[in-house]
Amino acid sequence: MIGYTVSRLLQAIPILFLVSLFAFGMIYLIPGDAATVIGGPEASAADLEEIRQNMGLNEPFYLQITSFYTNLFQGDLGKSLMLGTPVLDAIIDRTPITLGISIYSLSITIIFGLVTGIIAALNHNKLLDQIATLFALIGISLPNFWLALILIVLFSVHLGWFPTGGYVAFSESPIGWLKTTTMPAVALALLQAGLLTRITRSTMLEVLSQDYIRTARAKGLSEWVVVGQHALANVMMPVVTVLGLILSVLLSGSIVIEVIYNIPGLGSLMGNAILSRDFPLVQGGLISIAASLLFLNIVVDVLYFWLDPRIRIKSRD
Amino acid sequence: MQSHIEIDAVEDEPTGLARFYATARRFMRNRSFAIGAVLFGSVVLVTFLGPLLTDVSPNALSMRNRFQPPSFDNLLGTDNLGRDMFARVIYGAQLSLMIGTSVVILNAIFGVMLGALAGFYARLDNILMRIADALMAFPAVLLAIGIAAALGPSSMTAIIALSVVYVPRTARVVRSSVLVVKELDFVMAARASGATDFRIIMKHVLPNSMAPMIVQLSFVFAYSVLSEAVLSFMGLGAPPTVPSWGILISEGRAYMREAAWLTVVPGVAIAITALGLNLLGDGLRDVLDPRMKVEEG
Repeated sequence: MIGYTVSRLLQAIPILFLVSLFAFGMIYLIPGDAATVIGGPEASAADLEEIRQNMGLNEPFYLQITSFYTNLFQGDLGKSLMLGTPVLDAIIDRTPITLGISIYSLSITIIFGLVTGIIAALNHNKLLDQIATLFALIGISLPNFWLALILIVLFSVHLGWFPTGGYVAFSESPIGWLKTTTMPAVALALLQAGLLTRITRSTMLEVLSQDYIRTARAKGLSEWVVVGQHALANVMMPVVTVLGLILSVLLSGSIVIEVIYNIPGLGSLMGNAILSRDFPLVQGGLISIAASLLFLNIVVDVLYFWLDPRIRIKSRD
Repeated sequence: MQSHIEIDAVEDEPTGLARFYATARRFMRNRSFAIGAVLFGSVVLVTFLGPLLTDVSPNALSMRNRFQPPSFDNLLGTDNLGRDMFARVIYGAQLSLMIGTSVVILNAIFGVMLGALAGFYARLDNILMRIADALMAFPAVLLAIGIAAALGPSSMTAIIALSVVYVPRTARVVRSSVLVVKELDFVMAARASGATDFRIIMKHVLPNSMAPMIVQLSFVFAYSVLSEAVLSFMGLGAPPTVPSWGILISEGRAYMREAAWLTVVPGVAIAITALGLNLLGDGLRDVLDPRMKVEEG
């Protein structure tokens, strides 16, 4: 167990190095003079010089990359051009908001995805299965930012149930929080719920055809026990493995969704950083988001290793 | 894993045309594939025949006809400048399909090449897959809009950004089927008969690893259509003068209250295209290899 965790963490090191290298290299993708692009059309010569100073663009390449890594190891991701504050502070500041909405959205995803996936599998090839499959397909085919706009028209403009945007902290008013985060969470959940329904359905179908399920049924166990206990435990495993992927999709979605709903989270921070070409913030955000996702995937793998005796035995061979 | 199509066809020894019909029937018997083919096929048809159906330019202004709801004159209504939405959505479809096709072609070239190299040469595998892992550690859309922001907005940018995002995923799919195929007896036989690595990869390994890749490419097409819409909605794809679907949605957004169709129509167009492609992918997977599971995301 500890050996496995350590080996997974060691494997992450080269990946993290490449992740940071890609983020660093992003600035060299800018065609022409980076400072001019970052400063925008209105920047004066002095502004441009300041940007070059701030980002070290005047330094030779080897100095740029060494200072990038020295700072990175000290936990310094540079200073945001748009906010004027350290990148790390800005990210840490905004993360709880996005995390809260992500957890909300993830709960919707898991409940909806598991339930519809299981219902579909239990009614294989019947009407309910077809409806659930269709819903899942529509879920992965609708653009979520478009759904976010449609939800606003329906539930804010016409029905007036939710505000069109903005954010109220949970600590201030739990009801306000629910009102401001429900539509974004639903818009974000759509895609993942579709993915999860499909995965749950196919896994459940596979599990239901296994011998131990036939044995359980032959023993005369109720369908409830067969499905709820014997099958569900085995369906949960692949669901755990896609958690990392689901969170990655969630973070992707939160960029546009938070911009649309005007939520001051990590997603809109990244979205605005990208739109205003705040490259230190974009680089820092990319590195910290990728690093957190990598770490989360390791946690998931270790959990999986711990939960599934088959993998433990296989890795011993 | 095997190319069933040829094998099945050879058994009946049909001629060219009959063989094509037999294959087509095999695919069309799969309901997902059939519906997907019809949906995506009609999107393609409307995209290319559309300009014949309407002689209105997508950018022709008509101030007298602002905010016309859908009618016989303007099938999908008009926007805030009186431009015909039908013409604009069709023009957007051309762009969307062009970008999707380019991303798929780049994926087919680089994904297959890198996947085959990684699967075939264990030493390269380690390096290539770590690079793929690193690229896949970034959330897909975040990476795409990051690259697009650095390169500056254009259709070309969208193609490059989306390819960088999806090529590692395609390479992984190709790699895992190459890993299986290269252990099969006929590869060993080819090697024993003195075939070069290049010949083994091109003649034996790749043709037998095609099925998962074809499935993957149809999903890549669907993701590209969806992600391109996000990019252009954020102003990082095609320039605003081009009526891409994402731009149409972002323009319609300001008039959601009085002219909801401006937002609804392009979104439905995206959804139909993506739905058709996802169904095609599902159908292809069922027909080509029922045991296969595709990495999504």
